[in-house]
Amino acid sequence: MFEKIWNNHVIHSEEGKPSILYIDLHLVHEVTSPQAFEGLRMNGRKVRRPDLTFATMDHNVPTKDRFNIADPISKQQVDTLTKNCKEFGVKLYDLNTIDQGVVHVMGPELGLTHPGKTIVCGDSHTSTHGAFGALAFGIGTSEVEHVLATQCLQQAKPKTMEVRFIGKRPAGITAKDLILGLIAKYGTDFATGYVIEYTGEAIRGLTMEERMTVCNMSIEAGARAGMIAPDETTFNYLRGREYAPQGADFDRAVEQWKALRTDEGAVYDRVVELDVSTLIPQVTWGTSPGMGTDITSTVPYPDQFPTENERKAAEKALEYMDLKPGTPMTEIPIDYVFIGSCTNGRIEDLRAAAKVAKGYKVSPNVTAIVVPGSGRVKLQAEKEGLDKIFTEAGFEWRDAGCSMCLAMNPDVLQPGQRCASTSNRNFEGRQGRGGRTHLVSPEMAAAAAIKGKFTDVRNWEFKSEVTA
Amino acid sequence: MQPFTKLTGIVAPVDRVNVDTDAIIPKQFLKRIERSGFGQFLFYEWRFDEKGAPIPEFSLNQPRYQGASVLLSRANFGCGSSREHAPWAILDYGFRVVIAPSFADIFYNNCFKNGILPIKLSEEQVEELFQRTNASVGYELTVDLENKSISDGKGLQIAFDLDEHRRQFLLQGLDDIGLTLQHVDAIAAYEAKHQARLANSY
Repeated sequence: MFEKIWNNHVIHSEEGKPSILYIDLHLVHEVTSPQAFEGLRMNGRKVRRPDLTFATMDHNVPTKDRFNIADPISKQQVDTLTKNCKEFGVKLYDLNTIDQGVVHVMGPELGLTHPGKTIVCGDSHTSTHGAFGALAFGIGTSEVEHVLATQCLQQAKPKTMEVRFIGKRPAGITAKDLILGLIAKYGTDFATGYVIEYTGEAIRGLTMEERMTVCNMSIEAGARAGMIAPDETTFNYLRGREYAPQGADFDRAVEQWKALRTDEGAVYDRVVELDVSTLIPQVTWGTSPGMGTDITSTVPYPDQFPTENERKAAEKALEYMDLKPGTPMTEIPIDYVFIGSCTNGRIEDLRAAAKVAKGYKVSPNVTAIVVPGSGRVKLQAEKEGLDKIFTEAGFEWRDAGCSMCLAMNPDVLQPGQRCASTSNRNFEGRQGRGGRTHLVSPEMAAAAAIKGKFTDVRNWEFKSEVTA
Repeated sequence: MQPFTKLTGIVAPVDRVNVDTDAIIPKQFLKRIERSGFGQFLFYEWRFDEKGAPIPEFSLNQPRYQGASVLLSRANFGCGSSREHAPWAILDYGFRVVIAPSFADIFYNNCFKNGILPIKLSEEQVEELFQRTNASVGYELTVDLENKSISDGKGLQIAFDLDEHRRQFLLQGLDDIGLTLQHVDAIAAYEAKHQARLANSY
């Protein structure tokens, strides 16, 4: 599949040089674009294909009182995007539109993400779009400028890796557990230099949104991109969306998309496997997404790790996280819960979290916020009454944005606060200086909010008799 | 872009694996709309305490590493976010070379766009450099991109490998947008051929 998409987009190639690759879709947000537009201006260049370029604002946006950006530098960045989009003729989904949201939630929702497309954005989680069988990857600001000016990128061809999920996914195991389990097993750099294709029965059984959760965190394995071959699940998701082909065009598109599938017996540069049948809900304990374990397990001892560098890293992580080796994961108390992000801020994520929260109350020691991934996700959730389930349980119901995934907006942990987060990175200071992040699924996050500590959501007593 | 040919400079160590771009330049400093001025925020939360006072234990705050232009670190350097603010901060602080056993893809790529030379060496070679850096105050390396070699004037001589295209790119300080635009006819031809698909009608 990767080869087919790559070959279909190479404009020029020369021995010993990177290929020039055509880009079908360029997504833009406020943080990594101002210097790129400025570069165009300085060189008297235009945006080559404004019709293939779409922008939104997500990283800086407040999730309450959103039109009132208190931080003047945040406001300047948001205003700069508005100004740049106007000047260069780029379509912008701003705070006044229902479609505004986290760029990787918004794109698929609008139907912009298609199988077979090359998609880039100045954001590492662009890998999310690979869930549709697109080749999608994050780029730096210089490359954002390059794509704006030329609609192309110079790219060396990456290697390919098959990540094969074998076995049946047990009940209570989410897409987030698949990807966290994979990274916990193989580390945060096992896929550096590779494009991953996820295969196996467990992948085929995932919904489109679950596939996006898996592909989203490909970058946390070091991969350039993560992809899943398109199938009926993909086509059904896309049908009827605003930027999906319509009518007979759609049927023709589906025929082309079907041809993208990896041929039987295709050879990958590397193959790794994960048995999903024995997976247990995952929780990270450290400051790298690979520092994760089972909810039924304990905080590890640094001397368990095979190399000196890993032992030192584990010691530093435990010190930062203020955790003692041997502590059961279920005995770690939390202060904060964040449900949202491009990993887990979609409607199915909110439904899953609401199902857990329904009829319960958030622990008095915990602040819990739910941040929908987009205006449309928020609207849909409100139609289904999910907002009421959350607010009755004591969760705060917020507006769409990246929010506490990277805490560029006012949603920031205080030093020492511990957070159960459905986002993708638990780096030191990611959610606020001195803040401690544990990555989990939406179900695990909701359950932790209620218990005040991590708990195995497989044993959850759902109060389904309560109706919203 | 400023070309890179040869440099002799002090080596500063950051002895950690998986140094992520959030650590290199924390998010609160990504809000600027310029490319310059990020050096003051490099490794901010490791360099400064909550009141903004320098943390003396952190290497870059130690007198012996002042004026360093070669950064030495461990595996998977630059992982995480695609923010080009990370290489901007590294460059603006005064580094032109980063040496590590491995780099995350996007960061590695971003370095070349900014005239920074990232050098991959083996774990053993990096360990040797850490030991030599720690052992002598003011330890310097000469990095010669023309000959793809590193030396310390004290008997250490290491050859490093680098993709030839990337080497030329740095040596000449090329503008890659200009290079791509040389193929503008091929781009236009591709767009014409794929017009239906790009217009969403397949």
